[in-house]
Amino acid sequence: MWIYVLKRLLQGIVTVWFIATATFFAMHNVPGDPLLNDRAVSEAIRINLEAKYGLDQPIGTQYLIYLGNLVQGDFGISFTQENREVNDIIREHFPISAILGVLAVVFAAAGGILFGALTAIYRNRLPDYIIMLLVILGISVPSFVIAALSQLTLVTLNSAVGATILPVAGWGTILHMLVPALVLGLGTMAYLTRLMRSSMLEVVNSDFVRTAKAKGVPPARIFTKHQLRNAILPVITVLGPSIAAITTGGFVVELVFAIPGLGRYFVQAVQQLDYTVIMGTTVFYGAFLVFMVILVDLLYGFIDPRVKLEK
Amino acid sequence: MQDASSTEAGTTMDTDSNFATSAGKQLGLYALYALFGLSVLIYVLSVAAGSSGGSVSGGAINIERNSITIVLTEEPPQLDSTRSTDAVSFIVLAHAMEGLIAYDDNDQLTPGVAERWEIRDDGATFWIREDAKWSDGQPVTAYDFEFAWRRVLDPATASEYSFILYPIKNAELVNRGDLPKEMIGVRALSDRVLEVEFERSTPYFDKLVAFNTYYPLREDFFESTNGRYGADADMLLSNGPYVVTEWIHGSSMLWKKNPYYWNDQKGFLDEIVTAYITHDVNAKLNLFKDGQIVETSLIAPMLPTAMEQRWQIDRFMDGSLFFLEFNHRENRITGNWNFRRALQLAQDPSELVYKVLKEASYLPAQSLFPVWIQGIKEAFRKEYPAPEHKIDVERAREHLELARQELGLEEFPPIILLSGDSPLSLLAGEYYQELYKQNLGLELRIDAQIFKQRLAKMTSGEFDIVMAGWGPDYFDALTFGDLFASWNLNNRGHYRSEEMDRLVSIGRSELDPEKRMDAFGDIQQLIHEDVVIIPMYERGISFVVDPRLKGFKRRSVGPDVDYSYAFIDTTED
Repeated sequence: MWIYVLKRLLQGIVTVWFIATATFFAMHNVPGDPLLNDRAVSEAIRINLEAKYGLDQPIGTQYLIYLGNLVQGDFGISFTQENREVNDIIREHFPISAILGVLAVVFAAAGGILFGALTAIYRNRLPDYIIMLLVILGISVPSFVIAALSQLTLVTLNSAVGATILPVAGWGTILHMLVPALVLGLGTMAYLTRLMRSSMLEVVNSDFVRTAKAKGVPPARIFTKHQLRNAILPVITVLGPSIAAITTGGFVVELVFAIPGLGRYFVQAVQQLDYTVIMGTTVFYGAFLVFMVILVDLLYGFIDPRVKLEK
Repeated sequence: MQDASSTEAGTTMDTDSNFATSAGKQLGLYALYALFGLSVLIYVLSVAAGSSGGSVSGGAINIERNSITIVLTEEPPQLDSTRSTDAVSFIVLAHAMEGLIAYDDNDQLTPGVAERWEIRDDGATFWIREDAKWSDGQPVTAYDFEFAWRRVLDPATASEYSFILYPIKNAELVNRGDLPKEMIGVRALSDRVLEVEFERSTPYFDKLVAFNTYYPLREDFFESTNGRYGADADMLLSNGPYVVTEWIHGSSMLWKKNPYYWNDQKGFLDEIVTAYITHDVNAKLNLFKDGQIVETSLIAPMLPTAMEQRWQIDRFMDGSLFFLEFNHRENRITGNWNFRRALQLAQDPSELVYKVLKEASYLPAQSLFPVWIQGIKEAFRKEYPAPEHKIDVERAREHLELARQELGLEEFPPIILLSGDSPLSLLAGEYYQELYKQNLGLELRIDAQIFKQRLAKMTSGEFDIVMAGWGPDYFDALTFGDLFASWNLNNRGHYRSEEMDRLVSIGRSELDPEKRMDAFGDIQQLIHEDVVIIPMYERGISFVVDPRLKGFKRRSVGPDVDYSYAFIDTTED
């Protein structure tokens, strides 16, 4: 077991290194110049700026310096916010994205599993049709539309009541989090519902369920022990990457609801060619994603007795 | 998966529905568990979120606390005034700092830290007021300006706005690293007298010193921050009407009234809360509707909503001019005058603004000099009317034919129109593409690029025409007037003309206001005659303010939102 964990961690490190390297070279080959700004600067200032960010070195040297700093956990200083370290940006803003992400994933998982199971139980009956229609909407309507619509709904609701029931935007209390998290988790919830429904249906007709029924096991116990527990496995498989995807993909929701998360930096850095922030956020998110995948694989060992983590 | 149960549906229907009922009950139980777990989790997360900092606001206007809540479009990137270059940092600094001279609520110069000043041919003297104080109670001295300006010009600082200090003697040489920084022509004679020597006579220097880069900086405080000056609330020392007391990055700021500020005609609010940071215009509108912020800008599609709500819609020119800039480099087709003339004659900016862009607050541009620029006594454009322009497709075609002959071309190759990637620039780009195809049979190829890449291509000259824009730095015609001087690095189309250089030199240094303005009048004419650019539009912004807030100011030059004269009107309901 521990050898397996170690092996996976080493693989993870190689993956992160690969992500760092690919991002580094891709970024330097993106057309455009990070140091150009509205007002043109003279050659002398340009040279000083290049020296400050180490852009005067050949690209190979820059890469080695970068890797050296990365090993020490130093991502450097942002190009656009010149007196903030990328480490500070990640440290201050990732927890916010993470809190929002965790809540969104919990919404998504709880909703997905419950609705999935519900549709499977009532297959081809009214609840099934209604939920599956909503699922299709949830998957196909992009999150910026849902975000904008739900915000508009909040405004209308608040003005109808004449008081602020739920805040329209901002961050700080539980009330600020509910709607953004729901919006953020909606796509995943829809996806998980479908997944759960199909895997439930598969299990429903399996031999062991029929055997259990024949043995006269109480229905509630069959449902929990034999159906739900088996059907949930594929859902857990995708849950890990989903957590990473939701936590990293909150850009639109963070923008609309004015939430100070990391997603904004992740996207804006690319638009502004802020090299250090691009590298910092990408490597960080990459490592986070890799870690989540490993974690899910380990969890499998506990949930599914057929999976053994020896090899 | 297969639908196996339907085959056995008839026989097992009864047991199936039994099963469904009890499974459904079980599921309902789980749903209850989930709900309970969720509420516990929400509680835990909210505690965690509280510790990670947030923006709790008490509505747009809080009369008891005498405070207002506003939104910023982005996190201020640089609050070190010697290095900041962007609009949001300028806004924050305009409230936290004060230069020697400031603009009042009518855009007129008014004494700032300097109680009086004298501008001569060869230099200037500023007398610092005795009661100007930093937010820690220490007096603002002439040395603070000397230190700040030397730091701006120090090559190691790499300040991108250093050029704005170049009228000071030796500034440019020091900034290039050719002279030590002690040689800069600025000297504090005493705590209260600042002496400036000019490189050349600079009659508009009083307008320059109001600019962000000229703000003071106190040496001992700056050194104590260990290179993190302006990075956090406690790393910033203020001498303006407000002090940044809290700053949660990316989320919110709190500006409190500076108790040591000298001017009782400014800074009426006790607190300004910037509770939200987002550039999403719809989110801002929603916040305004919900009564959470005092002011927001409106784009064209929002105007009907605003009218439905019976809001008082205000409008102002934000100062920026947008234009088609030609690539005047020699190997380019656009280097040919007849070609440029043809393009000029075949278009009409009012059609662009009124029929295509449809932004109610935009103005069709007629000149390099926007309507709000001041002349000698009145508006510049009143004293020096913009050149007449009428669309004339016939003559445009004649000029195009001449150009074709001069260039020795069979037919014109596709012309590259470099543009930004915003919806508005794409719209304008498509308009010109269609216009020149119909009127002149020319093919325009649109090259839409993100900001940094557009700048890179502009700088290296990889375009024929570029949709460019320019915003003013100071309240003087020269901020637009010197744009096409051969030495100006922002002249990215490389327009070169001795006549232009001569006129700009007069505009920079002539002490006689009439002769000086005449030069700008001639520049306006030359830009039109030589078709250096084709003016597109002057940008205006529609916005709404909470009616209880008075004295709020938006400016064409300088910080675009200014609350330093704002106060809450408690008389009306």
